[in-house]
Amino acid sequence: MTVTVTRRAEEVRAPRRAAAPGGRRRRRLAFVATHAIAIAVALMFLAPLVFVALTALMTDEQALTSELWPDDWNWGNFAEVFAKSDMLRWTLNTFLYAGLGTLFTVVSSVPVAYALARFRFRGRRAAFLLVITMMMLPPQVIAVPVYVLWARFDLTGGLWPLILPMLLGDAFSIFLLRQFLITIPREYTEAARVDGCSDLTTLLRVILPMARPGIAAVALFQFFYCWNDYYGPLLYAQTNEHSWTLSLGLATFKAFHSVQWNLTMAATLLVTAPVIIVFFLAQRVFIEGVTLTGVKG
Amino acid sequence: MASHVRAAPPRWRRGEGLRALLWLSPWLTGFTIFFAYPLASTVYFSFHRYDLFTLEFVGLDNYRYLFDDERVWLSARNTLWLVVFMVPAQVVFALALAQLVTRLKAGVGLFRTIFYLPSLVPLVAGTVAFVFLMNPATGPWNQLLALFGVTGPDWFGDPAWAKPSLTLLAMWGVGNLMVIFLAALLDVPRHLYEAAALDGAGPWRQFRSVTLPMISPVLMFSAITGVIYALQYFTQAMIASRVASGATDSAGTSFLPGYPDGALLTLPQHLFQTGFRDWSMGYASVLALMLFATSMVFTLILLRQFRRAEELT
Repeated sequence: MTVTVTRRAEEVRAPRRAAAPGGRRRRRLAFVATHAIAIAVALMFLAPLVFVALTALMTDEQALTSELWPDDWNWGNFAEVFAKSDMLRWTLNTFLYAGLGTLFTVVSSVPVAYALARFRFRGRRAAFLLVITMMMLPPQVIAVPVYVLWARFDLTGGLWPLILPMLLGDAFSIFLLRQFLITIPREYTEAARVDGCSDLTTLLRVILPMARPGIAAVALFQFFYCWNDYYGPLLYAQTNEHSWTLSLGLATFKAFHSVQWNLTMAATLLVTAPVIIVFFLAQRVFIEGVTLTGVKG
Repeated sequence: MASHVRAAPPRWRRGEGLRALLWLSPWLTGFTIFFAYPLASTVYFSFHRYDLFTLEFVGLDNYRYLFDDERVWLSARNTLWLVVFMVPAQVVFALALAQLVTRLKAGVGLFRTIFYLPSLVPLVAGTVAFVFLMNPATGPWNQLLALFGVTGPDWFGDPAWAKPSLTLLAMWGVGNLMVIFLAALLDVPRHLYEAAALDGAGPWRQFRSVTLPMISPVLMFSAITGVIYALQYFTQAMIASRVASGATDSAGTSFLPGYPDGALLTLPQHLFQTGFRDWSMGYASVLALMLFATSMVFTLILLRQFRRAEELT
């Protein structure tokens, strides 16, 4: 299996119709047609976000009508979300979960991926296939005994049952890192070994600097995973409102503010915004990381 | 690595297996505590009645109940619907989008970003947004349809339309898949298209005879993972039911997943409800094993794909 990395936008322009006999007119027609379709689809993709934003700025009365454009721009709605709910606490909890979770995952998954990518030992392939199996199996399969385990330690009702296991590696992150590490030419690590570096120094001095984009992608994915996670917090933290994350809070937001679609939409935007901002700051890392998850024959 | 001399491995290759074990140990511990043990434990619980406090052996009763539990079959039918309609819709749509992007000459980066963006929207946020947008009374979606003279249904409130509504949501968030397909399409050697064009193949023929065979491993991979994710389908359905029905599920009020009329019930939700709301953990373990068996079938197919892909390189 090899890893493909998305090419930059300039290379995307693949002029397929080099030998088309129709000439310039036809090519211009094709140009207009494809771009018109692209613009239409792009508008459809953006429309939901635009309507959510417009509703978030309406008064609660107007949000209940069928009007699409806000009469007044109620920017205060965002402040009201914080005033009327525990949004601030949910945000802090989410940062705790996502921050620690990401840190733990990266620290624990890099060594494992290193071993899978660079060491030759019996059962290496079996170990890798096991990682993929763990990655694919639904989390609900093992939910009952794991819940019982955490209940025995009296840790249910909080986020620790979600954070602590990340100290022991995360299958998806291991998989992704391994895919990235096998693209690093063996010559580099073997040269280091011949020079007398230990496994640890090879990892720290040779692998880590070269694997920075892969690690960045894994960290981002894990952060987003935790940020978005609903099932985990629902299972462990639903009963304790002090531990609610943004996803739990948002899921019940509408129920507590039932006639205030404007506030619900404002909260929705607030939960979404950080993710979008991070994406624009680290777009390249992201797209390359997504591509890593695909297999190429 | 043919460069090594078999007879005398370098000094640093010695004891490699043991050293690998050391590096793998965090994950091996995790595997034992959070995978092997719970799996065995689930089998054990499945023969018991268990509510976190009392454990009572009941033999095969939990398994027998499976056949009387209508909600199991309801969720199986719903999942089948997702596999048959939602997964193909996603794959085909993502491929079409990726194709579209490769044909663009201006604004490629912009369009790619716009198509990718919705897949970043947190699942809960995206689902809450769609329930609002497709709300028949106040949402803009049906009003846009009305402009074209179409009377929109009560999307998330109508058992017949709830799953199609979620399919639209899934298609909106198809960006990840599109990026993967885009990379695969760009990896198809250009000269193959040129050769096909010289042979007089039109765009459709080129797509069928060059593009599809070349990207089929990626397509296969996406389809299988799509099915596995469909088996785990939880968050979107749960949130849609919850928001559309207005249930709170806070102070002990009962919220039964699946609204409207069980149309959005999936096995993971039924398992969650059974195990962690009704605290019938023994029976929930049976459901978990069912989920395990079905996802394992597709995981094995996926592993075979992987092995085949590795052999090719």
